[in-house]
Parts: sequence; C-alpha cells; structure tokens
Amino acid sequence: MNIILNNESDEVHDGITIKELLDDKKIHTQYIAIEINKKIIPKSSYYKFELKEGDKIEIITAIGGG
Amino acid sequence: MKKLIIDNQEYKSRLILGTGKYKDFEETGKAVEASGCEMVTVAIRRLNIGQDKGSPSLLDVISPDKFTILPNTAGCYNSEDAVRTCELASELLSGKTLVKLEVLSDSKTLYPNVVETLKASEILVKKGFKVMVYTTDDPVVAKELEKIGCACIMPLGSAIGSGLGIINEFNIREIVENADVPIIVDAGVGTASDACIAMELGCDGVLMNTAIACAKNPILMASAMKHAIEAGSKAYEAGRIEKTLKGVASSPKDGVITDD
Repeated sequence: MNIILNNESDEVHDGITIKELLDDKKIHTQYIAIEINKKIIPKSSYYKFELKEGDKIEIITAIGGG
Repeated sequence: MKKLIIDNQEYKSRLILGTGKYKDFEETGKAVEASGCEMVTVAIRRLNIGQDKGSPSLLDVISPDKFTILPNTAGCYNSEDAVRTCELASELLSGKTLVKLEVLSDSKTLYPNVVETLKASEILVKKGFKVMVYTTDDPVVAKELEKIGCACIMPLGSAIGSGLGIINEFNIREIVENADVPIIVDAGVGTASDACIAMELGCDGVLMNTAIACAKNPILMASAMKHAIEAGSKAYEAGRIEKTLKGVASSPKDGVITDD
C-alpha cells in the first residue's frame, strides 16, 4: 500500500505498524516524534499502531536552530 | 540582581544559545561549553530519513539531561503551525512543556507577526505550555503577552541574524521596567558589546545564535559573550553614573601645584 512519509510517497506492506516502519528505515526512536494525519502518536503505541493506505506520516526530530 | 527563574528552574547563566549554523556538532558542543549556558534552542524539522544509521543527533551531543532544551517554532508563519510544532516538540522531549514561540511575518524581514504570536500564545498557555515568546520591541505588545500568561518575553534587539544590536534601547528599557516576568533580548546581537548593553538595560538575559555561530572563531566569541553578559549584569546591579554634558574632575580641586 501507499503512504506519504515526510511528504514523499512510499510503498509499504499492508498492516505495517509504526515500529516495523521505523525498523525498516533504521530510525532510532529516542529523539523523534510522529504524527499520523496530523494526530500525534505516543511512543508507547508504535508497536501496535497499524498504518492504512494513504496515511500521511510525519516523523520529526530536533536539529540545530535559533 | 534578581534571580533568573523560568518554569520553576533557576539559571545561573543568563545566556541562551541557538544551535543553528555551526560547522558541525563538535563545534556546536564546544561553543555551548565555552558560553557556559544552561539552555539551548533547537529547531523542529522533518527527520532526514536517508540519514546514515547510527549518525549522532544534536541531542546526543547536547544532552537533555545536562541542558534545558528549548524547542523553537522558527519557520512558522501562522499560529496553527506554531502550536502544532510545539505539540510535536513536547512529544519529542518526553512531555516537556517549555517552548520558544516564534511566529514570523515574512521571509525577507523575519519580523515577528504579532497578531499570530498573540493568538498562538493564548492557545499554548491554555494547553499548559510554558511559553518564552519572541516578539517586537513594542512595550504594549510585551505587556499583553505577559497578561496572556507567557513565562518570558523575548523582544528583538533588531532583525534576526542582522547583527545590528539593540536599535531601540528606550523600548527595551520600558519593557524591562514594566515587566513582572523575565525579559530576554532575542535576535540582533552582533558582538559582545550588544549583549553587554542588553544586560546594562536591565534585561534578565540574552538569546543569540548567529553572532556566535557565524563569528570567525565561534568558540572564542561564545566565551566573549559569556563575559559580556556577566559584565553587563554586574554593571546594571552596580548602577551606572549619570551622564553629563560637561566634564567633571576626578581629582580634588584644592592643593594643585601651580604658581597662579
């Protein structure tokens, strides 16, 4: 199925969880936050939260800035 | 000088450092250390998913266990985006609610959009955020933001990254005199004397990024800023002399050796 990940289209398997997606992309969870369709998903839900076709996922982090 | 307390935490350093524009994390870390600061700002951005596995993040270098991390809404041009950014930042920082609110008007001047800033402040305060708010040097707006419940008011000295220093000392002084919350000059500092002047005007602190990160030697400039802020702070506490238009002799008039 197709999802929009950080504003770019991506193909993932049906029913993929956030945790599986992060593992696939080799993303550490310590300093990130995730929003699905503009709703923040707490870290404790990553392992069970299943993505759906067309979901818009934003993964953000802290970078240098004033 | 009165203590600097923000969100129930006392800070000994009155310098807050932005972490943008440094050559690399190593330089950022060294500048932060040389400045003696206890609070740093960070920007909230989309993760670069293509990043190499295992490459350190900024927060691996500037640990939230050692420093107060102040997430900044820089880059937001409306209240909706700013509030969204603060909520994401809070999730990222394990529920922390201290934020720097910065809502800009346009990319050319980077001047604060006061209307959107007031709107976002109200929403964030109601949601329980502790808001350190970047704003213009307008004393009326500063007081309104304080009435809304912002934890700290941060008027600009001059435009972000301009290095023009404090262009309206009278307004900054007026804001300081009317405030019941900390006043921190944010933006416009070009060199150490600008930071010193901010403190001599009675400000509680100074937030800066470009003046250090873009100096020829950022680490040395970070140290200069530390000392400038300490000097300005002490000078304010000591109380400066009145300015006069005529000379006033330092030595006694009597007993001068002269044949006249």
